[in-house]
Amino acid sequence: MLELRGLSKHFGGVKALDGLDLTVNEGDIFGLIGPNGSGKSTTINLICGVYGVTAGTVHFQGDLMNGKPPHQRLRAGIARTFQNIRLFPNLTVWQNLWVAQNSPRDVSAQGFMPRWFGATRRTREEIAGLLELADLGHKSDELASNLAFGEQRRLEFARAAAARPRLLLLDEPAAGMSRAEIDDLSLRIRRVRDSGVTILLVEHVMELVMGVTEQIVVLNFGHKIAFGTPGEVQRNKDVQAAYLGTSSSESQPLDGSV
Amino acid sequence: MSYYLGLTQLIGIHTLLGLSAYILMLTGQLSLGQAGFFAIGAYSAGILTVIFELPILPALLAGAFIAAFFAFFVGFPALRVKGLMLVVATIAFGEFVRLFFFNLSWRVPRGDIEVGPDSTNGFREIRYFVANGWSAWEITAFVWIFVILVMAVLWWTDRSRAGAVLRAVGEDELAAQSVGINLTAVKVAAMTAGGFIAGIGGALYAHTATYIDHLTFTVLLATFAISYPILGGLSSVFGTLVAVIFIQGVLVEGLRFLGDWRNIVFGLLIIAAMNLKPSGLFDPRTSQLLKRAVGLGGGE
Ligand SMILES: Nc1ncnc2c1ncn2[C@@H]1O[C@H](COP(=O)(O)OP(=O)(O)O)[C@@H](O)[C@H]1O
Ligand SMILES: [Mg+2]
Repeated sequence: MLELRGLSKHFGGVKALDGLDLTVNEGDIFGLIGPNGSGKSTTINLICGVYGVTAGTVHFQGDLMNGKPPHQRLRAGIARTFQNIRLFPNLTVWQNLWVAQNSPRDVSAQGFMPRWFGATRRTREEIAGLLELADLGHKSDELASNLAFGEQRRLEFARAAAARPRLLLLDEPAAGMSRAEIDDLSLRIRRVRDSGVTILLVEHVMELVMGVTEQIVVLNFGHKIAFGTPGEVQRNKDVQAAYLGTSSSESQPLDGSV
Repeated sequence: MSYYLGLTQLIGIHTLLGLSAYILMLTGQLSLGQAGFFAIGAYSAGILTVIFELPILPALLAGAFIAAFFAFFVGFPALRVKGLMLVVATIAFGEFVRLFFFNLSWRVPRGDIEVGPDSTNGFREIRYFVANGWSAWEITAFVWIFVILVMAVLWWTDRSRAGAVLRAVGEDELAAQSVGINLTAVKVAAMTAGGFIAGIGGALYAHTATYIDHLTFTVLLATFAISYPILGGLSSVFGTLVAVIFIQGVLVEGLRFLGDWRNIVFGLLIIAAMNLKPSGLFDPRTSQLLKRAVGLGGGE
């Protein structure tokens, strides 16, 4: 479903990503891990079109995505979350979800109608479903900036799901979460996958990656250093070296702690 | 009485000018070019009633559409520049328009005299209202019909999905793109709508003042345009109206006895108001959007 070939991004002299090949199949929960600065977020930004590629191609469902702006890629079915939460802070929770309903089916002439009769019944039902997914039903009229950190992460996740994407890219969704929240998140990720969405999970927190992904690619310094099931990757010498070779705080996630 | 009616008209017209900047600021664009669109509306509508002898309503609408047309084309290059660079680029546009009208001479004979824009001498005799026997009350009502219409449309839009999309773009462009919002379409649409609203204001101004020249449309007017929504806040269209009443009705008129010293006092009062009551005049939402618009603390 997603095919990256020779994907590279250089920032001046920094080779943030250098020749990444990766294939994600429909229905996967695919993991992308690596130490800080290894090029994970860059990969997401290249898939979404936030950055232009230095070299290589991005194919999604057989179509070449290179050169397409982010909103067109979203409409083609690729949605994402951000490593640093980026909500619309002065819109309400409900509005955050409303503006994110941008699949081709959603774009209608009713856009200029006020909420109470501009939002169709289908729109309302879908937003109610998303609120339930994010467990934010009771906060629907709260400004996004008034939410607690964990609630903001859940809202961003639901916002990404609002366009009914085919592929969901999650950039470190568990960062800063407690153990209970991480368990919650894995349930939520599985639920979205079971509704027919393929997931590419970028993560630092090994608990989550090891628990939910079926296949993992490991990046280091912009290169793929390993590929396999969670178990295989965990035993891989290069991977252990990459994690231990960086600061000690980054070696911890491999052992399962945050 | 006619003094107060004249002031009421001016407040209405400046509210339109302020709202034209307001809708742009919702999308995070700070423009000092609104005086240019106001001038295009003023000259176009004036030319249509004076030279082509059209009634006021079609002339006014045509003026608004012509201003919107230019705004549409300014919208595209404006996408490439952000923050302070957009401010500078829109000043350049406003000055270009002003200098165009500074040079425009289009005189046609009418009876014993010639009418039409006369470059440096200005554009006199925009006498549609007088010639058709409108009373000051009628003119005032006519102006305010447009003010109320525009405010109603913007108030309505703010409750729609389209309104939420405008604000989403103003709050975080990267996030907006990533949820599938077409930034180009939204920003150009806001610019065009802003041009249309400024064009209505300009057309009304030309016909209430009966005389315009290029000096009316300097960057000072453009500064007024953005100070209304800045002071009034972006939470609602009523903030802009209140700010216009405060600045034009209370400050400018109230300080008239000071003569030229007025501008200094006016500036000091605004600075004082912004420092003493930052959250009253500037609601937090507005200061956040403003910081983004000029590129301070706006994230990546
Ligand atoms: N916009 C940018 N400009 C310059 N360098 C960047 C930019 N984005 C990322 N980088 C660099 O690219 C490398 C990879 O970054 P990133 O993809 O964010 O890593 P990760 O998400 O794996 O922590 C880092 O060295 C980072 O400093
Ligand atoms: Mg990252």
